[in-house]
Amino acid sequence: MKPAWFDYYAPRALSEALHILGDAGQDGRVLAGGQSLMPMLNLRILSPAVVVDINRIEPLNELRADKDCLTVGALVRHADLLRSADVCRDWPLLAEATRQVAHMAIRNRGTVCGSVSHNDPAAEHPSVLVTMGGTVVVAGRQGRRELAAEEFFTGTLSNALEPGEMVVQLRYPRPSARTRSAFVEFARRLGDFAMAGAAATLTMRDGTCEHARLTILGMGQGPFRAHAAEQRLTGRRLGPKECKDGFAEAVAKVTADVDPADDVHASSSYRRHLAGVLALRALETALGRTGGKVG
Amino acid sequence: MAREQRICVTVNGKVYERTVPVRLSLADFLREHLHLTGTHLGCEHGVCGACTISLNGRSARSCLTLAVQADGANVITIEGLRADDGTRHPLQQIFLENFALQCGYCTPGMLITAIELLADNPNPTEREVREALSGNICRCSGYQAIIDAVLIAARQAGVAHANAQVR
Repeated sequence: MKPAWFDYYAPRALSEALHILGDAGQDGRVLAGGQSLMPMLNLRILSPAVVVDINRIEPLNELRADKDCLTVGALVRHADLLRSADVCRDWPLLAEATRQVAHMAIRNRGTVCGSVSHNDPAAEHPSVLVTMGGTVVVAGRQGRRELAAEEFFTGTLSNALEPGEMVVQLRYPRPSARTRSAFVEFARRLGDFAMAGAAATLTMRDGTCEHARLTILGMGQGPFRAHAAEQRLTGRRLGPKECKDGFAEAVAKVTADVDPADDVHASSSYRRHLAGVLALRALETALGRTGGKVG
Repeated sequence: MAREQRICVTVNGKVYERTVPVRLSLADFLREHLHLTGTHLGCEHGVCGACTISLNGRSARSCLTLAVQADGANVITIEGLRADDGTRHPLQQIFLENFALQCGYCTPGMLITAIELLADNPNPTEREVREALSGNICRCSGYQAIIDAVLIAARQAGVAHANAQVR
């Protein structure tokens, strides 16, 4: 098995990479960790005329935790996040999800920006970015723009990049001190693509949910933000007695609203069932982490 | 645009300079250009783990890495685990003594992966070993003996470390 022929460029400056990508247009692909692109080249699902390897562009390794936000450059590997004390302490949802990305050898090479760009419906990072209200910084020859996560993801394996553009950074707002989160997924074997998963954050004040975010993955279109379920929880008391009803209503919304497809791994109805089970598990775990009890 | 490129890669401590097609995988480079056939290819899309090598000190799938991307890198393959005098790596010896291989196809990838695990986490639980090796498929399904061998290696290294401390 071999990829089809391509022209290979390994520029050392971002400006140079953007220039090459701009010239290549539709025919260009960015190679970072290669954990999604290389399988597609090997299987000849893709055969781009131009491959731009960005691994030698030093500034793209930036991983920076500021007062307001975490900046993740296009060369930051999954494993880099897990080795960052800042990420593990202050962005626990991101760390928890990253631990569930594939296997060590994949986490060593694969990049967070690559996973977001690829937008596999079963991938962890797109859902985390949506749940945290993160943004995607995109660059092209014409300049930069910053998109909200939900504007960036446009469906299965699709994103809002124009030809000649690439993702250069992700930005994750720093969670408030009263926010707790959980990421759960279900796969038949450890490290396989998840059949379904859920990311939840709850911001609590005196037993009342000020703010809830819930995103389901594995439903076939990329991250599914469960707006209706969030509305059931926001402003609601989630004490030991009340949370059961609140979560049950939210989960009912999730299972009603997701629209998973059948595939060889699971039927649509099974995925719908999993979405509900995992949403509940994520919500209960997040609430448990706020110190709240699940009655 | 040239479809070939000159690269310089250190493999198992030896420096190789070669001209390679840009689309050549690191796995095919190791096997076909350097004749280091201990690195095996199973699925060629990153799922089976047979081609796992160490790239600049970290495990990587050599089927998902281009040879040109390894220009300037330091690669360790299964052939590099033996000492120059032929002595096996301690984990190789423990695999041998504990029947942790059958056909041997997955073994190079298992060893590279397990050595990285033990370097990061010298005293793993059985669950942690299972998790670490979950990206390496053994089609003989001899997983239990492989997991046992890694746990034995961790225990022996722990004993050796304790003895060294006593002395």
